[in-house]
Amino acid sequence: MQRRHFLQALSASALLSTLPGTAWARDGKDYRKPLILIELKGGNDGLNTVVPYADPLYARLRPKLALPRDQILQLNGQLGLHPKLQPLMPFWQQQQLAILHNVGYPQPNQSHFRSIEIWDTASDSQSYLPDGWLTRQFSSERVPASYAADAAILGSQTLGPLLGRSRTVVLGSRKLEGGMMEDGMAGQQVSALEHLLKVETDIGTAARGLHYGKVDTEFPKTGFGSDLKRVAQLIAGNSQVAAFRLTLGSFDTHTNQLATQDRLLGELADGLAALSQALQTMGKWNDTLILTYAEFGRRVAENESGGTDHGMANAHFALGGRVKGGFHGEGPRLHDLDNGNLRYQIDFRSVYASVIDRWWNSDSSRVLGQRYSPVAFI
Amino acid sequence: MQAVLRTLPLLLGLHAGVLLAKGMGEDEARHLLNRTGFSPDYRAIQQYALLSREEGVDRLLSSVQTRPETEPPAEIVQYTPPSAIKSLSEDAKRDFRRTLRQQGAQLQDWWLGEMLTTRSPLTERLTLLWHNHFTSSLDKVKEPVLIYKQNLLLRQHALGNFGTLLHAVTRDPAMLVYLDNARSKKEQPNENYAREVMELFALGEGHYTEQDIREGARALTGLTLNPDTGEAIFAPKRHDSGEKTLFGQRGRYDPDTFIDRILQQPATAEYVTRRLWREFVSPSPDEREVQRLAQQFRQDQLEMKPLLRRMLLSPAFWDPKNRGTLVKSPVELVVGTLRQFQPHLSGSQALVRAAGGMGQELFNPPNVKGWPGGNDWINTATLQARRQFLDQVFRGRDLPMPAPQMADAPMSKGEMSKGERQTQVLTRALSRIDINGQQWLRQFPDSPTGRQQVQLTLLPLPASGMKDNTEPMNEDWLLQLVLSPAYQLK
Repeated sequence: MQRRHFLQALSASALLSTLPGTAWARDGKDYRKPLILIELKGGNDGLNTVVPYADPLYARLRPKLALPRDQILQLNGQLGLHPKLQPLMPFWQQQQLAILHNVGYPQPNQSHFRSIEIWDTASDSQSYLPDGWLTRQFSSERVPASYAADAAILGSQTLGPLLGRSRTVVLGSRKLEGGMMEDGMAGQQVSALEHLLKVETDIGTAARGLHYGKVDTEFPKTGFGSDLKRVAQLIAGNSQVAAFRLTLGSFDTHTNQLATQDRLLGELADGLAALSQALQTMGKWNDTLILTYAEFGRRVAENESGGTDHGMANAHFALGGRVKGGFHGEGPRLHDLDNGNLRYQIDFRSVYASVIDRWWNSDSSRVLGQRYSPVAFI
Repeated sequence: MQAVLRTLPLLLGLHAGVLLAKGMGEDEARHLLNRTGFSPDYRAIQQYALLSREEGVDRLLSSVQTRPETEPPAEIVQYTPPSAIKSLSEDAKRDFRRTLRQQGAQLQDWWLGEMLTTRSPLTERLTLLWHNHFTSSLDKVKEPVLIYKQNLLLRQHALGNFGTLLHAVTRDPAMLVYLDNARSKKEQPNENYAREVMELFALGEGHYTEQDIREGARALTGLTLNPDTGEAIFAPKRHDSGEKTLFGQRGRYDPDTFIDRILQQPATAEYVTRRLWREFVSPSPDEREVQRLAQQFRQDQLEMKPLLRRMLLSPAFWDPKNRGTLVKSPVELVVGTLRQFQPHLSGSQALVRAAGGMGQELFNPPNVKGWPGGNDWINTATLQARRQFLDQVFRGRDLPMPAPQMADAPMSKGEMSKGERQTQVLTRALSRIDINGQQWLRQFPDSPTGRQQVQLTLLPLPASGMKDNTEPMNEDWLLQLVLSPAYQLK
């Protein structure tokens, strides 16, 4: 779709939603079920995460990187999880872990920056949108003004899916080093002064509405672990926030992938297990949806430096008390590659549609510009 | 009518020119010095006010140095080959890694110190620009000496020839490590550098194909690091000397001819022009002007000094509409504030950390694209960090902190996280800087004119929300000015 048509469609629906009494002028009560997005920054290698261990091509294309069969956590006769994901196995057994196969989009772009922008704005490969997909959702169906913020960001300075004029707070202070990404297309549209004044307002609102409650669960002593702990504390304190975005990385493993991915997947699984335990203790596990995403997966064949270069489609996780666990989509097809890359089967916007339509009972076509059929993990 | 409106600014400009003889005046002098340096003091503004725009720009450009003024600590510049570390015991290895981290911190202090004391702030701004363009990080490269040498290289070519710079960066040891080309061999080339040199360093997205990346990666094989010396070498045995197709043409490309092909693409001149525009003029480049400047840039064989000169003398640079449209980077805020208010200060970890807390830790950009800058510098966390920094260095007289504390989880009894301890140490170190605002204000008369001069020196736009102009010119008033949003802008 051309950008112009897309924007027209968007503004028409935005206009409708401001009319009183229309069906979708809701009170936003569904935002009481928060979404927790976890960006696996740099492009996690999905093939060594959800491993097609029974396919002989796997070991052939990855003489050094293929994980030893006896260490893989078998899920069925074909596929298994990376050994460091052991803490996720109980969720798999309880049908609370969904594995989404080959998530991607047509004509994939293999630049980190452009591709994550496509994921964040939910655009086509060829079009450019100024706002993140959550920003569009929150402006088409507003988060109540009484909320402390539309969303909170931890572990990164980038707005990602909250790009644009959302009421988003960035919770810094975990580490002193900062770091920002994205060239902030949306940021360019308002003057620097306007932007400063808006951020000042957001600080004031959030300062009144964010409360940290007490959490006894022990979280891993990593940066990511402490970010997850703060999410748990905010939920325990009944802070009203519709979405959280966390970042773990970097998975950009051009060299020496095994050690790096081991460490990062271990952090991911240990952290998620702790978060789940904390939320279960509070009785909030059924009202939480956790989703992973990344700009792309990695090339199927390993490179000479013990790593993998930028690829295309990738495996992702959905986790939560109400998630419909199991596999969604067909596993990786190593014999049918596009220039050495996995082909996509699930459009990432179908995943977003699932969240908007089924988790928040909202209308994804207004945010995504057209209808994408939801994936049945909710 | 439209024609009249279009010529009106021109006429006004001429009129002002006649009135002021040839001097650009204080307002324009502040703009020029602010955009090309770190928060100029009032004396410098007065000096430049007497010069014409052309004289001012030429004076600035001729001040650009190719070497730093201060020497780094001697231990930073020593290279240790990995083979010497391999044989060490585990304990000794750990010590060695700690030493490297300490050297990294010293290196950050050194550069910040150079920025605080240099006589050519433009040199530092350009070096910072290229550091953010051709990024490398201490986190990945690990060896501070390699990062130090990269800094010398960026500085040497900061306002030289872009082609020479790109060739030099391609062979720079820190870059060979940072983007993995040191590990690339003909059997299976590593694509990291080939991709980023086209996407981020020279051409920009849309001016190359995935095939160009694969073929470019082949051309770059063999360019690696000699582990014994830490210097770049070309190893013909690792190089793929076969034919490749680049930008639609076949040839036996090697690293040099590959980079040459990139430099010949018209997109490169435009890409660099836009980059400089966003640094010095405004967040949104005027495409017609970019085309004009890029064409001349190509005629000049990618010499950057004439490009920057034309840009700084272009109407867009002086257009009042473009004042205050750029956000100061954390390093500019920290260095600018201290240069303005506290002369003769050298580097310190507290200042490096303060800028880091605002999102810009020197020699550790977040990824290969560098810090995005612009409005992205400001979010709820970084704006609070900026205001806290300003409050702390001006505090001395126990002024209250206006920004609410919302980001930190409450401290559990008796325990403090590492991050919180660091914040506390930083707070103490910064409050010891204690700028004496009262003394600084004495260079201005205590009168409406004096107040205007202070505001003109510190702010690119009028301060919003200030009380009337009759308030006493004291430290309270000064703190209000630096905590106003306009102080974050340039």
